[in-house]
Amino acid sequence: MPITVICGHYGCGKTNLALNLALEAAESGPVTLVDLDIVNPYFRSSDYGDILRGSGVGLIAPVFAGTTLDTPTLPPEIHSIFAPGAGKVFIDAGGDDAGATALGGLSPRLKEAGYELIYVINRYRALSGTPEECAALLHEIESAARLKATGIVNNSHLGTQTKMEHVLDALAFARETAEMTGLPLLYSTVPDFALRGEAPPEGFRAVGRLVRFAWE
Amino acid sequence: MKVLMKGNEALGEAAIRAGCRHFFGYPITPQTELAAYMSKRMPKIGGTYLQAESEIAAVNMVLGASAAGVRAMTSSSSPGISLKSEGISYMAGSDLPALIINVQRGGPGLGGIQPSQADYWQATKATGHGDFQILVFAPSTVQEMVDLVSEAFDAADRWRMPAMILADGMLGQMMEPVELPEEGERAQVEKPWAACGHGDKREHNIINSLYLTPDKLEDLVVERYKRYEQVKAREQRAEEYLCDDADVIIVAYGASSRVARSAVNKAREKGEKVGLLRPITLWPFPVDALRKAAGRAKAFLTVEMSMGQMVDDVRLAIDCRVPVEFFGRTGGMIPTPGEVLERVEGLL
Repeated sequence: MPITVICGHYGCGKTNLALNLALEAAESGPVTLVDLDIVNPYFRSSDYGDILRGSGVGLIAPVFAGTTLDTPTLPPEIHSIFAPGAGKVFIDAGGDDAGATALGGLSPRLKEAGYELIYVINRYRALSGTPEECAALLHEIESAARLKATGIVNNSHLGTQTKMEHVLDALAFARETAEMTGLPLLYSTVPDFALRGEAPPEGFRAVGRLVRFAWE
Repeated sequence: MKVLMKGNEALGEAAIRAGCRHFFGYPITPQTELAAYMSKRMPKIGGTYLQAESEIAAVNMVLGASAAGVRAMTSSSSPGISLKSEGISYMAGSDLPALIINVQRGGPGLGGIQPSQADYWQATKATGHGDFQILVFAPSTVQEMVDLVSEAFDAADRWRMPAMILADGMLGQMMEPVELPEEGERAQVEKPWAACGHGDKREHNIINSLYLTPDKLEDLVVERYKRYEQVKAREQRAEEYLCDDADVIIVAYGASSRVARSAVNKAREKGEKVGLLRPITLWPFPVDALRKAAGRAKAFLTVEMSMGQMVDDVRLAIDCRVPVEFFGRTGGMIPTPGEVLERVEGLL
C-alpha cells in the first residue's frame, strides 16, 4: 500500500513511529512523510526535518511551521502524494479527533488512491490505556477523518523508563483492543534500548527513540 | 501503575487528586491541554470547569471560589498571567489561598509559543501591585509537577496566600511516566475564615482587600510580612546534585536544570568537578542551600531560559562571596548541554 496514515491519541507515540517507519522505508525507495499535525506546535514530525532529510525522506510540513505565520493550514504540495511515482507516503496525523479532522478533506482522494490507516495505541498513556477508551477514541477519530482504520499498532511504552516487561505486559491489552474494534493487530513495537542487544520477540518491531528531549 | 502523561495533563490530574474541584481558565498555548483536560474530567467528578470570557474573569472566579473555602485554581501562559496579576494581588490582599499555574512561553508582549523562563521576576517579585509575595514552585519533571501541585495547595492553605507552579512550555508539552497519588492521602486544613454561610451560628466572615484607613492597612501588611518570614524559614527547597566536591556549581531550575544536569554528567565523565543546585522553591528562594554551597565552590553559573533573571538572587543569597556567572538563551530557545558545558569549563 503506497499511503500509510498514522492516527491515535496525542502522546501515544505516533510521531516517533512515523519517523521510524519513514526512515526504514527510505532504505528501499523514495519516501515522503507528511506532517499533518496542525493542532499542536510541539513534538511534531516537522521538528525532525534534519533527521529525515539526512536519510533522503521528503517532508511535507504545515505552511510556515515553526514561524510566526504557523497557522492551521495544509500545504498545497500535499496533493503531490497522489501523483504517479510519489513513492511510499506516510501521513502523521495530529492527535485525537481534533488532529484527525485535517484528514477529512483528503478522505475522497485517499479512498480513491487506497490507503492503510494504522491506529496507534499505548497501554500506558493516560486516558487511552484501556481497550474501552481506545475503542471510543477510535470511533471519534474515524468520524473526524472520514476514514476507517485498517489495523492496530501496539506502541505501548513508558518513555525512557520502558523495560521489556512493560512491553510484554501490554500484549493482552493490545489483543483485547483488537478484538473489541474488530481490527487486526499488525504488530507491537519495542524501543531498541529496552531490547539490550536481544532480537525483538515474535510479533514485535524494534523502534529507535527519535523524538527526544532537548537534554538527551 | 505508572502512566504516561503530558506535563499539562499531569498538573490537572494532580490538582483533582489534591481535592480541587474548581477550575477557571482561558485557553493559551502552551498550557491549553491543562484546561482541555479539566474540561473532560471535572464534569465526571461533580466539579466545575469554566472557560471564562477572559483571563481576568477567570482569576476573579478563583478569588470567589477560594473565599468560599474550596480549593480553586487557574492556569495560563505568560501573557495570560500578566492579565491575571490584578486578581492575584487582590487574593494576596485578601489572604486567600489559590493555585495559579504559569506554563511560560517567550516574551515580552505576545512573544512566542516556545518554552521560556522569562517570567521569573514576575513570579517572584511582582505578580501584581502592592506589598506581597506568593509561593513559587518550580518543577523539573512531569512527576515533580504532580508532587508539587499537592505541596502548593497545602502550602497555600497553610499560609493563606496564593501559590504558583512556574513551569514552561517544554515541561507542559513533554510526556513522562508518572505515579499519581490517591485522592485524600493528605489532610486539608480547616478554613474557619471562609465566607461560606454563617447559619446564624457565628459572626459573618468578610473577605476584602480594601482598607481606606492607612494605619489599619499598614498593620495588615506588616502582619503578612511577619508570616512571610516564617514561610522563608520553613518552605525553602532545593535539590543538590554532586555539589559536595564541586569547584563550580550550576544553579538552574525547571527545564534548564534538565539541560544543566546533562552538562554536569558530561563534565563528571571528563573528571571535572561540577555540580548542580536546583531551586525547587523560587520564592522563598533557597538561600540556606546556596549559602552552604558557597562555602565550598569557587564559582557559580546560573543557567536560565531568559536574559538572567535569577542571577542577582543567587548573588544576594551568597553575599557575593564567589563570582556568579550567567548563561542563557531566550525567546523560546533552549540551551544545549554542550553550550552549558563549554561555559562551565571556562570557570574551572
